[in-house]
Amino acid sequence: MTDIVMSPPVRRAGWIPGIATVAAVALYGWAILSAEEDWQVLGLLALAVIATVIGMVSGFGRSVQASWAAHESKLNGAALIGIVAVIAALSTQHFPLLMLSTMLLYFTASLGMNIQFGYTGMVNFAGAAFFGAGAYTAAVMGNVAWFPPLLTLVLGGVVSMALSLVLVFPIVRTTGHYAAVVTIAFGVLFKTFLEVNEILGGPQGLMVSSMRLLGWDFMDSPQIGGMKLSFYVNYALLCTALAALVFIAVRRLERSWLGLHMDAVRLDETAAACFGISVKKTKILAFLSGNMILGIAGALYGMMISFIAPSSFTFSDSLLMVSMVLLGGMGSPWGGALAAAIVILLPEKLQFLQEYRFLLFSVLVILVLLFRPDGLLPRQIRNYFPGARSRQ
Amino acid sequence: MTTSPLLEFTDLTKRFGGVTALDAFSMHLDRGEILGLIGPNGSGKTTSFNLLTGIYPATAGTIRFDGQEITNASPRQVYEAGIVRTFQRSRLCLELSIYDNIMIGDTSRLSQGLWANLVKRNSFRAEFDASFQKARDLVATFSGHLADRMFEPVGTLPMIERRRIEICRALVSAPRLLLLDEPSAGMTHDETDQLMRDILDVRARGNGLSIIIVEHEMGVIERITDRCVVLSYGRKIADGTYAEVASDAEVQNAYLGVD
Repeated sequence: MTDIVMSPPVRRAGWIPGIATVAAVALYGWAILSAEEDWQVLGLLALAVIATVIGMVSGFGRSVQASWAAHESKLNGAALIGIVAVIAALSTQHFPLLMLSTMLLYFTASLGMNIQFGYTGMVNFAGAAFFGAGAYTAAVMGNVAWFPPLLTLVLGGVVSMALSLVLVFPIVRTTGHYAAVVTIAFGVLFKTFLEVNEILGGPQGLMVSSMRLLGWDFMDSPQIGGMKLSFYVNYALLCTALAALVFIAVRRLERSWLGLHMDAVRLDETAAACFGISVKKTKILAFLSGNMILGIAGALYGMMISFIAPSSFTFSDSLLMVSMVLLGGMGSPWGGALAAAIVILLPEKLQFLQEYRFLLFSVLVILVLLFRPDGLLPRQIRNYFPGARSRQ
Repeated sequence: MTTSPLLEFTDLTKRFGGVTALDAFSMHLDRGEILGLIGPNGSGKTTSFNLLTGIYPATAGTIRFDGQEITNASPRQVYEAGIVRTFQRSRLCLELSIYDNIMIGDTSRLSQGLWANLVKRNSFRAEFDASFQKARDLVATFSGHLADRMFEPVGTLPMIERRRIEICRALVSAPRLLLLDEPSAGMTHDETDQLMRDILDVRARGNGLSIIIVEHEMGVIERITDRCVVLSYGRKIADGTYAEVASDAEVQNAYLGVD
């Protein structure tokens, strides 16, 4: 009669692959953070490689992707719970918690770099300088007793933004490599300035007072049912909250007309301008907002490690931040999380390889660029309202 | 009813160092007209588009659009005046979706503020829904099957579909003047034919759109233009209907050379 083939109703992917991945990653995170013996670390790394290969070959990776696209907000919530669970599991151990918190702050920083580099295509080789600007703000404001430390975080972002305001004008007037060179110059200038400036502690650096929130000093160890937890639990939770907030903001930015304009500016400035997009305004927005995020993350980092020096904010730290964006995938927020974890964990956990561990890290970056040029978790096509796509 | 031309070039000149790409070029475009801008390679066709859209500043001369002088306006001001273009080499963002590419063309109607984009997600949603419908309808008029693939990357599409998306991107803001720079480049004969039908369709839909088309395919020019302007070495050498310019001795010399 009729040769019209009824296509089966499109089934939305289930949430199970997504939840399973969150649980597996959380478990793995706990395991590798608490692993102390070299054989444990090596075993876990081998496991990660094998699991990734199996996931890619068996197609499980794709079903995780589909699952995430269909249930994004729920799975993001699950990921948040996963991080809190790992913090709870590690709650008495100082060092793993410090590492986890550092990862979360680097993840936050990578989100800021992503706005600049991943979306708008502006390479910022002074990431560590803007991160450091936030940390030094925290150090200076720590001496002002009446100033609420939570506002210091915001102020760290504002100071970093104010510094970028000086830098942004030469940057929007130049393009490509030239703009990148301007940021390199600024990064070097920033470090040199700190080294010669006596008020800011010179090369010896400064102490940073700890975070205080509603009268609660973050240096105090929380007690739960007679059990004394590490004081880093405070920081780990705050870092999680900060990372989650910034993640939501950056996601919304990407899924807005402003994010679209950033992509347009990255991919073709001339065409963007011919359709009424203000290239200059878009670049200024990207550069300032990215650096504000770096500054906020830096301020919290300073409070957490309680001592900062110019040598913590060098050009190679900036390179590390750029490589995080490349490693994870340009414009991919979750890619930044994975890259931050790798960048922090590998050098720390492979101490037994001594200086060779940096070689290993470089090899990893080269391998990723060779075989996965779009990064470990490449960016997906923009989906303004995930989960609602079936309406089309 | 005004009878003044929609667009008017007066002695428009562009020099790049010692090279005069466009030499005292004067012409006009009437409302609703399709004008063919033709001439051998390097005769200044694309240069006049680039001057008109504000990509290069003019060395001398003026451009008036709808009575307003727009010489040396920025690309953005030109866009806001209602002039849009396609490019000789396709300039779509290949890794972005069809929808994203079309939305790049609709900047003037979309909210630009941080607050509206990030915080007021409900009104953003309404804006998204309306613009999605509009983009989808526009795509459907050119290429029905693409209307269900709005979130696929443009990079996976064949050349003719890319051209169509480029034209959709130009048309989504309901412009008054559309500049087409070699729309048939890189396409087969059949594809070119289809594309020409599309363009005539667009004009038939009314709304008083005027078009300037740069094209090497003379069949296309003959079929769709009301009038042609011929350039050679940056100078205008003929202006008239296709039949008139095709029989012009100077035009034949410019294309075929003089013995």
